[in-house]
Amino acid sequence: MPQTLYAKLWNSHVVHQEEDGTALVYIDRHLVHEVTSPQAFEGLKLAGRKPWRIGSVVATADHNTPTDHWDQGITDPVSRLQVETLDANIAAFGAKVYFPFRDARQGIVHVIGPEQGATLPGMTVVCGDSHTSTHGAFACLAQGIGTSEVEHVLATQCLLQKKSKTMLIRVDGALQTGVSAKDVVLAIIGRIGTAGGTGYAIEFAGSTISGLSMEGRMTLCNMAIEAGARAGMVAVDATTVEYVRGRPFAPIGADWDKAVACWRTLVSDPGARFDQVIEIDAGKLKPQVTWGTSPEMVTTVDGEVPDPTLESNPVKREGMERALAYMDLAPGTSIKAIRLDRVFIGSCTNSRIEDLRAAAQVVAGRKVAPTIRQALVVPGSGLVKAEAEREGLDRTFIDAGFEWREPGCSMCLAMNDDRLEPGERCASTSNRNFEGRQGAGGRTHLVSPQMAAAAAITGYFSDVRDWLR
Amino acid sequence: MGQVRVTMQAFTQLDGLVAAIDRANVDTDAIIPKQFLKLIQRSGFGPNLFDEWRYLDHGEPGMDNSQRPLNPQFVLNAPRYRGAQILLTRENFGCGSSREHAPWALEDYGFRALIGTSYADIFFNNCFKNGLLPIPLPQAEIDALFAQVFATEGYRLKIDLDSQTVTRPDGEVLRFDIEPFRKHCLLNGLDDIGLTLRHADKIRAFEDGRRAEQPWLFS
Repeated sequence: MPQTLYAKLWNSHVVHQEEDGTALVYIDRHLVHEVTSPQAFEGLKLAGRKPWRIGSVVATADHNTPTDHWDQGITDPVSRLQVETLDANIAAFGAKVYFPFRDARQGIVHVIGPEQGATLPGMTVVCGDSHTSTHGAFACLAQGIGTSEVEHVLATQCLLQKKSKTMLIRVDGALQTGVSAKDVVLAIIGRIGTAGGTGYAIEFAGSTISGLSMEGRMTLCNMAIEAGARAGMVAVDATTVEYVRGRPFAPIGADWDKAVACWRTLVSDPGARFDQVIEIDAGKLKPQVTWGTSPEMVTTVDGEVPDPTLESNPVKREGMERALAYMDLAPGTSIKAIRLDRVFIGSCTNSRIEDLRAAAQVVAGRKVAPTIRQALVVPGSGLVKAEAEREGLDRTFIDAGFEWREPGCSMCLAMNDDRLEPGERCASTSNRNFEGRQGAGGRTHLVSPQMAAAAAITGYFSDVRDWLR
Repeated sequence: MGQVRVTMQAFTQLDGLVAAIDRANVDTDAIIPKQFLKLIQRSGFGPNLFDEWRYLDHGEPGMDNSQRPLNPQFVLNAPRYRGAQILLTRENFGCGSSREHAPWALEDYGFRALIGTSYADIFFNNCFKNGLLPIPLPQAEIDALFAQVFATEGYRLKIDLDSQTVTRPDGEVLRFDIEPFRKHCLLNGLDDIGLTLRHADKIRAFEDGRRAEQPWLFS
């Protein structure tokens, strides 16, 4: 019987199954960061347990780390203790590799895994972070887990779970210039809703997806969780294999050939059945901008803020009203009339080299609008930063008036000092526009890197397609 | 399963006061804001549950929460909900970040069960690891419960996990679904690491096979 990619990944990792279908799924790669691991290591110690296979662990500090004045270390004592706790836990338990604060290869955990070749096709990947779905771009079964599960994986190398339903999202057609993977995924979330993928593993396929770079596929899979799906994935093709080739932890020699042969099978078989199929016409997609406090509250750059009174579902209507009050927006406001205070280019969604190149293309030779209080570029890793500097992208951003920072999660979740003040409005390339996400009282509009760059230049949302024609 | 340690608070029956948060898509950033995720312990998050909605000032770790100004508009601050152990919610509760601090905060505050139309996957899973029972019920039953809670001060529900029922004060019995394995673990407060390690030989055999076939995964 033809199998889906998800079924192949699932079947090849099931160690044991209970009567009700709850399975022990073997975990190949365990990514660890400072925020969701201390209680897990503590739990291991209290129970007197040893890690099952510490060589599966790739660790870094990213959420709490500052993005400037690295010479001063981490000044917030609470954050510093958490990062030092990770240092101590890795020192005590070990890891395949650890990129601590200020290491040249440190960065956002979901950027460095693929960058190092520590994420390989066909792996099961977990991390105590919901955006672990990112790694599905490599035909991995990659899922975010809670801290109890982090401890469970450390102790047993397995995750306890039931098989998901499958959803195929087929995207076909050529994207217009200025429309990116970020716009595709925001449009998908707008269509199926933030709970549309709950209980599903999503596979993204179709000619548009095949045409995306690995960076674009990572952006897409990264936000599968914003559609409610714990895992998103894309089949292996030549683009996947070429991206992995030569990475530090990628196989070499005879192992490489054997691995590639194995990876080539990581596709859904023709005729494989999915529980749900969604089709998207990519040619019609326009740049997307969120207007509310949930990623599903999204429209196109040439659209306007919707009117809650036209919504018939009372719970939804109240949600829209609450969101508009929080965002300080009136129904009918043109998206292009929304004025920004800050711009953030970064996060595990959009901080890779291709994202920075795309944004720099818009910024080149222009200046950040005087009404913009701060425009930040935070590369996803030390290596992304170094590559961008080699290409001169840092100069492009700095000359335009952007701040060029050290890598980390930064203003995506504002655990460090990079945050919005109450009432401030931000064009952000991150993944969540929840109330207070980028700082208490802050207002977030999710966009692509090029849309964020254009917003920095004009101070308002602008249709970046007009700039690139 | 005799050797498996009991480490989690078991859940069998509960007769508890119900508090209601009438909004959909309550995300884990709202349940416990990011500044509290800097802490390295897993207890004591209750006073910061829904921090941004609950207090009028900005909360940070280490503050004396008893001295902070409460937001009188926030439902959980209403005197009628004091001591609530059951939280009635709408769809997609717990969406967003995987932070287990969210169920830790709910549990530390005093909640033992949630009743709502649906939950985000990771949050739902995290609840079971902490003795917190998330009950899904159909929309119409949830709507009726909201109406009853709002109309009746001191509204309580009885939950019985073994029979998978929620009993309303008017005697109406609502049945809910739960996966048998999760139910077994919750009823007995079982430590699932201990349960999994009963299969250590199987895990080792699987791992050996995988290492032989795809050695690059283990290098």
